[in-house]
Amino acid sequence: MSASQAFPVPSRNLHRFANPGRFLRLSGRLLPWLATIGIALSAVGLGWGLTLSPADWQQGDAVRIMYVHVPAAWLASFGYANLAAASIAALVWRHPLADLAAAEISPVGAGFTAICLATGSLWGKPMWGAWWVWDARMTSVLVLFFLYLGHIALVRAFDDPQRGARAGAILALVGVVNLPIIKFSVEWWNTLHQGASITLTGAPTMAPAMLWPLLLVAIGAMFGFAALVVARTRAAVMERRIRGLLLARAQEGEAA
Amino acid sequence: MTRKRRRLIVLLACGLGLGSAAALTLSAFSDTLELFVPPSRIATDAPHGGRAFRLGGLVEAGSVERVSVAGQPAARFRVTDGGATVSVEYVGILPDLFREGQGVVTLGSLRPDGVFKAQEVLAKHDENYMPKDVADALKKSGNWHPETGAAPPAAALWNDPQTKITKAGS
Repeated sequence: MSASQAFPVPSRNLHRFANPGRFLRLSGRLLPWLATIGIALSAVGLGWGLTLSPADWQQGDAVRIMYVHVPAAWLASFGYANLAAASIAALVWRHPLADLAAAEISPVGAGFTAICLATGSLWGKPMWGAWWVWDARMTSVLVLFFLYLGHIALVRAFDDPQRGARAGAILALVGVVNLPIIKFSVEWWNTLHQGASITLTGAPTMAPAMLWPLLLVAIGAMFGFAALVVARTRAAVMERRIRGLLLARAQEGEAA
Repeated sequence: MTRKRRRLIVLLACGLGLGSAAALTLSAFSDTLELFVPPSRIATDAPHGGRAFRLGGLVEAGSVERVSVAGQPAARFRVTDGGATVSVEYVGILPDLFREGQGVVTLGSLRPDGVFKAQEVLAKHDENYMPKDVADALKKSGNWHPETGAAPPAAALWNDPQTKITKAGS
């Protein structure tokens, strides 16, 4: 069994990228760009935010935690939306790369969620006076973290990777219910966590000198997220190829 | 109907069912998902009989009285939500962000005399992020009088590049 036989190659829309050889070629060209842009924007944004941007009138320098916390929080939710999209592609269209991508998105998403929770806690103690409060925002983000962990464990819990991927995709889609809860928790219920400073509809309630570095870090982190997922998916494709080759060789050996 | 189409429809139907189930559950439990009870809803929403709950609102301007109880820092202040006001007593260190006009969430219980005995006071931060120099400029230009316990002006006033307030002070 060769690797190219393992992946059927229908020539329609989404499945154009299903050919692992083509995926490796395209992503190999894309990856350096994603990584460079991600590192450069994050570095500039973090340098600006952590040193040059003004201190807040009441938070003082603790406001700088925001430049890590907010991009991590955005990417925690954004990453989950991507996990859900990959799960739909896997369940409905049986896209062969979607399963691999989903399994590689969840550890990255869990990492960003952990950063979000940790930095939020570090900010909460000096500002609010508590490391943690069970309000709707914090609890729903903790649930997001557990969903990521559950997905990581579930896709690896089966001997047959196909069944693991399927169970993981269903879990990921059930968890989508949590995304609007995270977003609107601060509006639907009263919480300790503040509401959104940056919205699509209104002007930001944050000074431009703080907003620009924050947006730079956020865009940089998004590229970084993409680079990590693409690199991990490439590794998974190659791993699957090698496993296929080894299996083929073993079967040849048995036959001989 | 192709199998892909059928799978997509099954998935959408499941999503619709799950979404409405979640929405119904959340709206049914909406009261318990609130972190705190504002003063005007104490009569209806807070537990009775001296049981603990979280009270939340703004610290009323001019109400903070810092005292010392048995050598420990303590404070008396009033929490308001515009409609009703509750007196709060607290022994302990207040968080850095605590001041008049600030949102607070405090855990404790109501005494029979109607005073809220707090065991924990947390300060709430709102969605406004304002640099120190902007705050100074607002005070200098007379657009904000923090000594009266007033909250800072809305972001629209100082965050609009057209307004000259921040420039007037600097």
